[in-house]
Amino acid sequence: MRRLLPLGFAMAMALLPLVLKGYPITLLSYVGMAATAALGLVLLTGMGGLTSFGQAAFVGVGAYTTAWLTTVAGVSPWLGLLGAMATTGGLALLLGGATLRLGGHLLPLSTIAWGLALFFLFGNLDALGRHNGIGDIPPASLGGMALRSANAGFYLIWVGLGLAMWACANLLDSRQGRAIRSLRGGSAMAESLGISTFRLRLSVFVIAGLLAGLSGWQVAHVQRYVSPTAFDVGPGIEYLFMAMLGGAGHIFGAVVGAGLVTIARDVLQDVLPKFVANSGQLEVVVFGAVFIVVLQRARGGLIPVVLRWLPRATRPPPPDAPKLPRRAQPAAGTMVLAAHGLVKRFGGLVAVNDLSFELRAGEILGLIGPNGAGKSTTFNLLTGAAPPTAGRVRFLDADITGEPARLVAMRGLARTFQHVRLRPTMSLLENTMLGAHPRGRAGMLRAVFRLDRAEERQLRAEAMAQLRRVGLGDMAHELAGNLPLGRQRVLEVARALAADPMLIVLDEPAAGLRRPEKRALADLLRSLRAEGLTILLVEHDMEFVMELVDRIVVMDFGARLAEGTPAAIRADARVQQAYLGGVA
Amino acid sequence: MNLDLALLLAQDGIANGAIYVLVALGIVLVFLVTRIIFVPFGDLVAYGALTLAAIQEGQRPGTIWLVPMLAVLAFAVEAASLLHKGAAHRLPRAALVWLVLPALPALAAWPLAGRELPDLLGIVLTVALILPIGPLLYRIAYRPIADAPVLVLLIVSVVLHFAISGVALVFFGPEGGRPRPLIRAMFEIGDMIVSAQTLLMLACSALAAFGLWLFFERSIAGKALRATAVNRVGARLVGIRPGVTGGTAFLLASALAALSGLLIGPVTTLSYDSGFVIGLKSFVGAIIGGLVSYPGAALGALFVGLLESFTAFYDSSFKEVAVFAILVPVLVLRSLVTAKPADDEEDEL
Repeated sequence: MRRLLPLGFAMAMALLPLVLKGYPITLLSYVGMAATAALGLVLLTGMGGLTSFGQAAFVGVGAYTTAWLTTVAGVSPWLGLLGAMATTGGLALLLGGATLRLGGHLLPLSTIAWGLALFFLFGNLDALGRHNGIGDIPPASLGGMALRSANAGFYLIWVGLGLAMWACANLLDSRQGRAIRSLRGGSAMAESLGISTFRLRLSVFVIAGLLAGLSGWQVAHVQRYVSPTAFDVGPGIEYLFMAMLGGAGHIFGAVVGAGLVTIARDVLQDVLPKFVANSGQLEVVVFGAVFIVVLQRARGGLIPVVLRWLPRATRPPPPDAPKLPRRAQPAAGTMVLAAHGLVKRFGGLVAVNDLSFELRAGEILGLIGPNGAGKSTTFNLLTGAAPPTAGRVRFLDADITGEPARLVAMRGLARTFQHVRLRPTMSLLENTMLGAHPRGRAGMLRAVFRLDRAEERQLRAEAMAQLRRVGLGDMAHELAGNLPLGRQRVLEVARALAADPMLIVLDEPAAGLRRPEKRALADLLRSLRAEGLTILLVEHDMEFVMELVDRIVVMDFGARLAEGTPAAIRADARVQQAYLGGVA
Repeated sequence: MNLDLALLLAQDGIANGAIYVLVALGIVLVFLVTRIIFVPFGDLVAYGALTLAAIQEGQRPGTIWLVPMLAVLAFAVEAASLLHKGAAHRLPRAALVWLVLPALPALAAWPLAGRELPDLLGIVLTVALILPIGPLLYRIAYRPIADAPVLVLLIVSVVLHFAISGVALVFFGPEGGRPRPLIRAMFEIGDMIVSAQTLLMLACSALAAFGLWLFFERSIAGKALRATAVNRVGARLVGIRPGVTGGTAFLLASALAALSGLLIGPVTTLSYDSGFVIGLKSFVGAIIGGLVSYPGAALGALFVGLLESFTAFYDSSFKEVAVFAILVPVLVLRSLVTAKPADDEEDEL
């Protein structure tokens, strides 16, 4: 059912000009132009978690580029299309490269700033006709025939939009697309899976820019004139409204949102002046009110609401595929991870003080200690999440001190999080496939043209195998957010395993688990050890650790208090004192 | 460019900058307490100026209709939330706080406006009319999602600006307004002629910056307000009510906006929608100053004023481009200088 929707939609749109004539077709052309720009925001905001108020400015850059090229320089509109997309893409690369490292609200704020700067630039450049804009733009032509009529414009726009939607849908259903969708989980998760969040964000930003360029080109050659007012911050937020009203998490959200907003504006502009004087902007008031309600009540937009009523397809488990190549595990007993004199200071506080220990292939080592002993900080130092103040970390043959988490992950060190970090709106299978990200190589272009399918099948089969291994195989298509906490932790282990790691580091995996869940987790870890995997367990649940591990390192006040077998640790007077308090 | 010219431009820039300083202080104030980037602050300033101008011209200002309308909306939102919680017995009090109290100034202004009024009464009326707008907007748009990520609050802010400026067009009409200056005197300092109004603005800006700094750094009430921004749950645990502190912050902001409107109005003609660009330019200044300190915001806003007047000397049509374009390199520089946060918040839009 769901798979047939896009096809049915395309057919319906193709046949529409046979039924409708005149103004409705023109209106739908406007819907298409807006949807093309809003599609960029679906990718940027809904998928990548970046918000831009400047999309209209990018549309303007595209429109003005092709307008100038085709009127002043006199080139063909098709060259204008290339020019428009090259300019918007290039500008996105430049602006994104400069601003995408900004955290939180500063990035969207900067989009308002450069959006306004561009808007004022359009209105004040002589070459662009100042506030009057550029008129008499030639229509695009095909095989010597000028695409002048309303129907021609309609097809020009909707074929472009359809292709763009097809490309975006293919992209999102791929290795890089999954990584894009993981960006909203925060960069710590994505980086720990070996994903370069900056490069990925930049790519999405450029794609959104290219779509804005396409939209601007449509505007210029269908409307045949461009003027600055269409590219202000107001229209910019309207594109955002379209994306979020329709549903920024879905490709079709752009079309639904653009359709509703464009048609509603048309109706409101007809109706409102009959009731109120000075009603010039009242439709904006209505949109604003609706947008605020959407933000307060339904940030997912309309599409998820509708989808809830459609039957969910029952999907078969993925077919088998040739296995992905695996790393050779180090021989049992060789050194896997070593900390030498690790120190971490936060101002005057010494969180980790001269800590040294070694981890050997095939063992489970427990790193334990009372609350505040510095376990989590140590964890961050070992996995590259934070650099140590002094000391070295070695992983296999390499010195990884101060290496960023992403590179450490690529070397074969997989981790889980104390506060589970999964993408709740992605399926178990997709979450696990994220773990296998560094094992694939298909890029965005291959994804768009579906040349990545063989590799996708391999990644999917691998993820499925890991899900079965941890006992989640029968719920592969469930959403991760629907799992109870205990199973979410297990899912994180499956994701870590999908990376084909040589060492797994688990951050308090038993925290918040019920007793049977703990037992199941312990069984799983034992079976992994039996398969030759090396495991470091940071935990403060003594019972869980004692039953499971080969050796224990006890921390207290940032330093190593004791090291030895569980039995020896149990008998150690200093450990007892640290945990139970001193005997007066 | 010789020194005289530079001095002249600098004087002009500082006069402009003084406008932005006042607005920037309000923006920082709201941000520090509520994490809300209050884009419509500039609109409030414009409404203040327009209200005073209308009163002085013997007309009824648009705020007479705008404020009661917002009050009805705010009461509706409050009533819906109370009924949802099953607390219908608190409705009378809610009606008093959100409906009657905010509408009082409009009721008082109705018979008064439309005749010749003493200057001081006009000013008092203007301030009284602007004061309720901030808390009302907070109740309507922000409080239902006060725990949302900063990003969502930001989008709400931008949307809110467009929504209320559409309403403002209906009530104020498209024409601009310019109230009489509070003091008319001119001074000669060396070769330069400085209007007393500009000096008054500078003095008020400095006073406001210092006062806010003192209040938030040195008083318990100020610290309680700031604590809410840092951690809403924590603040609640130590007995601070985030809803109340948010309302207080917006009341303070409204007062500052009204004051700014009185001071700025006579210097530059404002219309229903000119608050947006003024607000955003001040905002650029506030960000340059770090968005966390009042003196910093004041300096940043002055810098914006100077940048504007020096760019205008070369080509007046590009001063806006310059002000907004400068933000990108400033932000990049800041992101290089300041340490990266441990992890960005998870923005679930």
